[in-house]
Amino acid sequence: MKAARFDYARARSLAHAVELLGGGDGFVKLLAGGQTLGPMLNLRLVQPDLLVDVSKLDETRRWSEEGGAILIGAGVTHAAIEDGALPGPTGAILAGIAAGIAYRAVRNRGTIGGSLAHADPAADWLSSLAALGAAVVLLGPQGERRVMVAALAKGAFATDIGDDEVLRAVAVPRLAKDARWGYYKFCRKTGDFAEAIGAVLHDPERETLRLVMGATNGAPIVLDLAAPGGIPETLDMAMLERALDDHGFADDAYGKAVHLVAARRALAEARR
Amino acid sequence: MSKTAITLTVNGETVAADVAPRQHLADFLRESLHLTGTHLGCEHGVCGACTVMIDGAPARSCITLAVACDGAAIRTVESFDDDPVMAQLRAAFTAEHALQCGFCTPGMLATARDIVTRLPEADEVRIRRELSGNLCRCTGYVGIVRAIARVLKERR
Repeated sequence: MKAARFDYARARSLAHAVELLGGGDGFVKLLAGGQTLGPMLNLRLVQPDLLVDVSKLDETRRWSEEGGAILIGAGVTHAAIEDGALPGPTGAILAGIAAGIAYRAVRNRGTIGGSLAHADPAADWLSSLAALGAAVVLLGPQGERRVMVAALAKGAFATDIGDDEVLRAVAVPRLAKDARWGYYKFCRKTGDFAEAIGAVLHDPERETLRLVMGATNGAPIVLDLAAPGGIPETLDMAMLERALDDHGFADDAYGKAVHLVAARRALAEARR
Repeated sequence: MSKTAITLTVNGETVAADVAPRQHLADFLRESLHLTGTHLGCEHGVCGACTVMIDGAPARSCITLAVACDGAAIRTVESFDDDPVMAQLRAAFTAEHALQCGFCTPGMLATARDIVTRLPEADEVRIRRELSGNLCRCTGYVGIVRAIARVLKERR
């Protein structure tokens, strides 16, 4: 249970990190809070040649307001979000999600950007931020680009982030007060990784009704539904079942059942 | 695979060392500084035995690299002799039989101190939720939860 050998470089800035990613020989990994990478290093599931440490960069630990969104630095910790660092109804929603991630000792170091870049299907931010319509800001040698969180994951632990790109920030739309949010995570033990995630957002201002089923075998299932008469009382369960079948659950009755229950409970919470 | 120079504070004393990048903080504390009060159980962030204070907040020392702790202030279980909250917790752990073999206790105390100082209004359900990242295979948690509840009550 000891990590294999690797070299270590401390990035002086995100731009420096991009340089180090591009110039490194072999397999280069970024280190942020290290709360998922740490276990994977110890278990030797990942064996990088070089680790580039971005955990000490103040530029990633800030947040700001940008038009209709909150721009959250990638290095902001789950604990900071749990403790109400972010403003308004959106900040309160994010605080609720953060509080359910693992344990306080993990939340004190784990970061929102690190979690997204890691793209564990069972992690909370990937599914919840997809439902909230968030985008990530990626910095590469050619400058910045944005990718919707809903389109970020290409599979389990696989993302659209290039080998020479760094996740700089997450832009989360600021929701109006009458937006409704429901989030349900099915796990057997407090703080455990999810077996199923359901997330529902209804935003009358943006005429959005979005449902996400997460903790799948790959990317979260994101469904944009029509909501002409406001937030519905029930979901079209047959349609959800078909979506799950299309994502590898056809022969997994238990997996399908817990995902459907999570979706239903998320809707019930959003309607409360 | 060269070593990297770090300078950090451990239990109030400045420590300068050259560490292998792959060495985690718990191994650095135990093997380089001989602070063996920090225990290693699962070594992948699940059991909580290795929990120490990093810059005042509890963290897993088994999944935190020593090299990433340059400039940080670390406190291990060895440094709490004169800490009033920890003195209360030690007495309560004794009174409530909150340990048997003692393996989980350093991590339990770190988390317990965080609960007492950060969540003064915590009830039993909250204590149990906050304690869910620390595993104990002896006590069934009843004594530990009671000990923390006792200290919370004493401080109200």
